[in-house]
Amino acid sequence: MTESQTSTGFTPGTSPGDAPLLEVKDLQVEFRTKAGVARAINGLNFTLHAGETLAILGESGSGKSVTAQTIMGILDMPPGRIAGGEIRYRGDDLLTMNEESRRKLRGGKIAMIFQDALSSLNPVLPVGWQIAEMFRVHRGMKRKEARAKAVEMMQRVGIPGAEERAGDFPHQFSGGMRQRIMIAMAIALDPDVLIADEPTTALDVTVQAQVMRLLKDLQTEFNMGLILITHDLGVVADVADKIAVMYSGRVMEAADVYETYAKPGHPYTQGLLASIPRIDDEGGRLRAISGLPPSLTDMPPGCPFNPRCEFATDRCRTERPELRLVAEGHLSACHYAEDVYAGTATRTRRPSPTGAGMIDVSEEAPE
Amino acid sequence: MTRYIIRRLLQFIPVILISTLIVYALVFAIPGDPIRALAGDRPMSDAVRETLREQYNLDDPFLVQYFKYIWGIVTALDFGSTFNGRPVTDIIEQRLPVTATLALVTLVIQTIMGVIAGILAALYRDRFFDRFVQVSTVAMVALPTLVIGFLLQLVFGLNLGWFPIAGINNGITSYILPALTMAAVSTGILARLVRSELLDSLKSDYVRTATAKGMKRTRVITRHGLRNSLIPAVTFIGADLASMLGGSIIVETIFNLPGLGQQVFNSIQGQEGTVVVGIVTLFVLFFVVINLIVDLLYGLLDPRIRYE
Repeated sequence: MTESQTSTGFTPGTSPGDAPLLEVKDLQVEFRTKAGVARAINGLNFTLHAGETLAILGESGSGKSVTAQTIMGILDMPPGRIAGGEIRYRGDDLLTMNEESRRKLRGGKIAMIFQDALSSLNPVLPVGWQIAEMFRVHRGMKRKEARAKAVEMMQRVGIPGAEERAGDFPHQFSGGMRQRIMIAMAIALDPDVLIADEPTTALDVTVQAQVMRLLKDLQTEFNMGLILITHDLGVVADVADKIAVMYSGRVMEAADVYETYAKPGHPYTQGLLASIPRIDDEGGRLRAISGLPPSLTDMPPGCPFNPRCEFATDRCRTERPELRLVAEGHLSACHYAEDVYAGTATRTRRPSPTGAGMIDVSEEAPE
Repeated sequence: MTRYIIRRLLQFIPVILISTLIVYALVFAIPGDPIRALAGDRPMSDAVRETLREQYNLDDPFLVQYFKYIWGIVTALDFGSTFNGRPVTDIIEQRLPVTATLALVTLVIQTIMGVIAGILAALYRDRFFDRFVQVSTVAMVALPTLVIGFLLQLVFGLNLGWFPIAGINNGITSYILPALTMAAVSTGILARLVRSELLDSLKSDYVRTATAKGMKRTRVITRHGLRNSLIPAVTFIGADLASMLGGSIIVETIFNLPGLGQQVFNSIQGQEGTVVVGIVTLFVLFFVVINLIVDLLYGLLDPRIRYE
């Protein structure tokens, strides 16, 4: 990853004068496993500005959650290990900072919302107490004052009867209300950066929309930088400003959200978008990207997506494509990004009719 | 809540009736004539023997004996007496403090040692202390109480001379070795329980949340991790305290402590049914009461549990 790529955009829509709120440079995270070293994140780059929403999109195992945990500093180490890179918050590298300074940022300036609010809230402590703890520990408030602030936060995230319900326990709330409590806890100290790791995945569809709306409103109100980690393309389209598509611990494509949807510059993104079921597609087969992501302990040479790619050539199997500028504010890690972007790439194979794998077009040709 | 407690209290009645019946039947089933055993080698006239048999209802059928015994308790709070004419309540009054002290010292020792060892083992997982706890707890659980008792007597009583070997004439120090003996198994189990519960808890999502909230490590462990992992430990300690009286039979015999356990042992040998039943009933009552308290405490510690 060269300097020019990280400094070039991938911050579309922001004026060049803004100092980035959060800047991740060439981040590498590994896990020691019995099968060997699993390289969960391999040279990740992105920047986040105040008021901006970055969606990190990817399948399970693509490194989305590990990215979030590494930024928060809550990665289990061991087995995890940060093999290289920088995470800069307002210019200071979080990875070289001492633990005490980092702890003070955590929760206060950089906060996180987890996927499953039921297991992420402490089951034996009242929710009001858990929110108030933020004020007591970070702001040194007295019990009573902190509780009043907690109730205020609960009201802000739309919990009816907040005053009475502050003494209730997590299991006494519905899923949507629990996630609101998580949000109240995360935004309690007015953080600059909010990381939401699949915040709506565990919720009913109707509740999902409400919670996303709330997050979006709060972001605008507090001018937070929001990192939204998800595999839900629908959620992304609604709220994100820009998207980073991750695959095997790398960013495959990064661009403005409209640009990504309209003109994807990477075959993987194309595949993802094509796999969204359409309501007007009556009775057709669901389209999927065939194959599975590669094992993190045994990465194929060349492009990590090449075994599943419809356009893969010999070059893709030997030479790893770097993330590079394809169009204004649009980065892609594909050798043929321009062709894919323009829709003129040549298919070298097509999905098998059963969807089980890929068939080489060249092998089939003589028939 | 009140309804729940009342229901539990009512359940005590059949539990106690059935357990006393079983104990009574077992004592009744011991072969031999208790009066002859009482007399030993000395001659005893038939008249005296008949009077004694009459006095203790020994010629009645078993069930009649049992109902006369229960009737005495219910109508006159008469728990019977020994063949020497000493009331059972008198014996209990005299011997209960010894057993209670033993149980209390044991409880303190096993709770402090077990919980602390468990916490440290979890925090220093796979390090030397953890391995030490793992190995030593296996030994503590596996060794029979008898062996541990004799070992402690030999090392700390005889060789080092730190604690008295037997009897209760040295105040609280007399109870140290018996309590350590009785605490051994439970300390081992408790240490392992706390260790695994705390490890589970430290891996949980809510502990991760606490860390992400920017809490200090000590606060994360004590307020969020330990709080949850000690709930099963409380249950175990309660159940163990309840069963401690049973354990006192062996330990009081090894260390010659004049407590209830020793009395039960002697009374079984002397076939003094009423004494055995009286003391065992006390044990059973203690057991069910402690269990009720533990259940209520459990509901208090874990808000997800509610009784109706």
